[in-house]
Amino acid sequence: MKLAYWMYAGPAHIGTLRIASSFKNVHAIMHAPLGDDYFNVMRSMLERDRNFTPVTASIVDRHVLARGSREKVINNISRKDKEENPDLIILTPTCTSSILQEDLNNFVKRASLESTADVLLADVNHYRINELQASDRTLEQIISFYLEKAAKDNSIQLEKSTKPSVNILGMVSLGFHNQHDLIELKRFCHDLDIEINQIVPEDSYVNNLKLLPRAWFNLIPYRETGLMAAKYLEKKFDMPYVDVVPIGLSNIKSCIKKIEDVLKTYKLNRNYTSYLEAQTKYISQAAWFSRSIDCQNLIGKTAIVFGDTTHASAITKILHENMGIHVLWSGTYCTHDAQWFQEEVKGYSDQVIITDDHQLVADLIAKTEPNAIFGTQMERHIGKRLNIPCGVISSPVHIQNFPLSYKPFVGYEGTNQIADLIYNSFTLGMEDHLLDLFGGHDTTQIITNTLSATNELTWSTEAKQELTKIPGFIRGKVKRNTERFARDNNYDHIDLQIMYEAKEKISG
Amino acid sequence: MTLNNHNITFECETGNYHTFCPISCVAWLYQKIEDSFFLVVGTKTCGYFLQNAMGVMIFAEPRYAMAELEEGDISAQLNDYIELKNLCQRIKKDRNPSVIFWIGTCTTEIIKMDLEGIAPKLEAELGIPIIVARANGLDYAFTQGEDTVLAAMCQRCPKKSGTKNTNSTQKSLVIFGSVPATVNTQLALELRQYNIQVSGWLPSARYTELPVIEEGCYVIGLNPFLSRTATTLMRKRKTKLIGAPFPIGPDGTRAWLEKICSVFHVEPLGLKEKEAQIWQNLHKYITLVQGKSVFFMGDNLLEISLARFLIRCGMIVHEIGIPYMDKRYQGAELNLLEQTCQEMQVRIPKIIEKPDNYNQLDRIRDLQPDLVITGMAHANPLEARGINTKWSVEFTFASIHGFANARDILELVTRPLRRNLNVEVIPSTFSQTY
Repeated sequence: MKLAYWMYAGPAHIGTLRIASSFKNVHAIMHAPLGDDYFNVMRSMLERDRNFTPVTASIVDRHVLARGSREKVINNISRKDKEENPDLIILTPTCTSSILQEDLNNFVKRASLESTADVLLADVNHYRINELQASDRTLEQIISFYLEKAAKDNSIQLEKSTKPSVNILGMVSLGFHNQHDLIELKRFCHDLDIEINQIVPEDSYVNNLKLLPRAWFNLIPYRETGLMAAKYLEKKFDMPYVDVVPIGLSNIKSCIKKIEDVLKTYKLNRNYTSYLEAQTKYISQAAWFSRSIDCQNLIGKTAIVFGDTTHASAITKILHENMGIHVLWSGTYCTHDAQWFQEEVKGYSDQVIITDDHQLVADLIAKTEPNAIFGTQMERHIGKRLNIPCGVISSPVHIQNFPLSYKPFVGYEGTNQIADLIYNSFTLGMEDHLLDLFGGHDTTQIITNTLSATNELTWSTEAKQELTKIPGFIRGKVKRNTERFARDNNYDHIDLQIMYEAKEKISG
Repeated sequence: MTLNNHNITFECETGNYHTFCPISCVAWLYQKIEDSFFLVVGTKTCGYFLQNAMGVMIFAEPRYAMAELEEGDISAQLNDYIELKNLCQRIKKDRNPSVIFWIGTCTTEIIKMDLEGIAPKLEAELGIPIIVARANGLDYAFTQGEDTVLAAMCQRCPKKSGTKNTNSTQKSLVIFGSVPATVNTQLALELRQYNIQVSGWLPSARYTELPVIEEGCYVIGLNPFLSRTATTLMRKRKTKLIGAPFPIGPDGTRAWLEKICSVFHVEPLGLKEKEAQIWQNLHKYITLVQGKSVFFMGDNLLEISLARFLIRCGMIVHEIGIPYMDKRYQGAELNLLEQTCQEMQVRIPKIIEKPDNYNQLDRIRDLQPDLVITGMAHANPLEARGINTKWSVEFTFASIHGFANARDILELVTRPLRRNLNVEVIPSTFSQTY
């Protein structure tokens, strides 16, 4: 048993449902107790979906507990088959129902005999893998099922397209800025003169999966979902894949480089150098921005990064390479992919943190006191309590991270969006200087920023007043530093003198 | 309690409907019971639901947490007693609550974890009360979670209030159901006008202030979903349950107060006038809703009381979906519903227990009601099809009891209707598809 208040990645069935509901005309049935269909609320609220989420539950209640599901699951599958006429029905167990150890595979087999839809049982272990791993596995499962099916009835399309083409794998509902990224990726491929063969699973049909092998290669924009499918396609159909996420200028460059290499294996020599240059110079403002004098103020500022592997690694690189910001530590909650992450951010941050414990992250932020945080919604709230600004760069997210306006993270427009996000998270240059000089415009009240409640130190009136003269955004830091200094030197009362002593002795 | 609601038709569907998991009750109960800590013993699925359903509340260091079961717990490689002891020790050290609630979930049911057996032992060892409530999705829906918690709390209420002031001639009255403190005060003030003292509330603001429940004292419910609590109070604590409609809407509030007065042999002078005054104040809203139709998909058990109130407001109710219908506990409410329909000269709506959302959507398409009261899963898709919706969960989280809060109910109900008056949405854009 583990005491837990919050988690970064959800349970496995959420991953399966995200894949299922991304496809068109695929219905998911959860073998779950009443109330477990909260996924529908999330999709309907966060994505503001206008359609009913194609997910229903075959309810596990007392009767099921006592006598087993019997015909219930099969009836529910056949019913959905008739009502919605889907191409595929995916049965997914939940944490609870997987303990029942019912022979769901048998139900699926029997149901598929009667239904016109294909029926699959999601192959995910609820106690070993999380939402992201499950989505990866489910996508692979569906793709392999349909390719094997097509191979059997000889409808598989093995002949390559005449023009170079690509499959984009892993665009999923409820993904962080996925919808916007997809538009940007389409433009990206268009610019490189590469046809898009299939985009999977977002808005695609399972019956078109047999066309996947037509593409020359696969592009995996996000590490979390799609990689397993890409490896499967590489093994079975000898399809190369590019798994560099095109977020940030240097990543875009290496992504394009990899694409060039892939095309070379097909004896096609493409040189995208001039395209790269033109885009970097004129379309993306990010490169010019990092050169502009405004950005100089960011030199030496500190930041921390936390999120999924894809976004956290890319943002870490951007902060370090493009903006000259000192990344104190960079971390991910994708503990299953720790090694890749460590290698990816090596040299870009002082320290690498691999954890899914948000309290550890909170303590680390309090301890390292960065000027800005780039993380998930949880880090945003930690930042609020510590009075440190935060830019949200990764799931898990709230409804405000499903913006109506166009905000991609990938591609050249993505670099502009990210530059804005980063720049706006720090206090602006002139404001910064003036606040420093005149003691800030917010001198009314001292804000306590300590996360821990242990605070037996007292402050003299003058010292308190002095504290109010310090700009709000670093006041907390000064207060904590002074208190730490006082504690180290066994003072229990802080007056002006000790404050200045602390300032003198603590540098930075 | 006699039932003469033979004219009401009850139907039961498949139970394929959307509702919140009953563990959601920790969200409002931890706030209500200020010195409590709620430990939900369950899986990642439970945790994910709570953290998403509670939204930003999760960031405010709430007094609840998950005891997340791992594979070792499921396969009994780990000892439940030791695991729970470690967690509760940590909670005691970090938060020092006056009581810890263990919320049993589907998983603890299936693996048959003996929470009720472990709790007394750990309670003795740690010196802190531990109350077990099985609020799981196998047996219950949404608000029924509160019912399981209150039923478990009944057993902890002291039997005798020390020695002083045991005025045996004065009948005591305990009111059960968790409502915001302001509602407690408002209802207590209403009763004081008739010289009736509320001797206690279940739950109280603090665990240490649980009301005394003596044998033979009167109890009355505030909410329609508290049937287990009512049963426990009657059977285990030998109290007398006052069966009344629930104080939701001015009509419900009057009926509720009248019933208490009749038990205490008090003439409720001026009550009718007071009710009339409240209706008068609601005039602006009533003109908006009059003649409009409403469809309850059903998910929180407040449906009968709300439908009864809305019919009194002049609305036409097509269907009352409800997760579970206790005809005995809600008997007086059902009678009032029937009576209201007769007086307003409308047909008594069908009550659909354990509804089937898919079938309901079919009926909604046929009926094209002016308003559908439904969960968040269906709200946006229905709006996209030109059907006005109100999110049902808001009725659970708003103050809706007593005379003073009738306005709040209508605020909620009329919101989509007022939106239509204020916002210029081109109706044809959204209504063609359905």
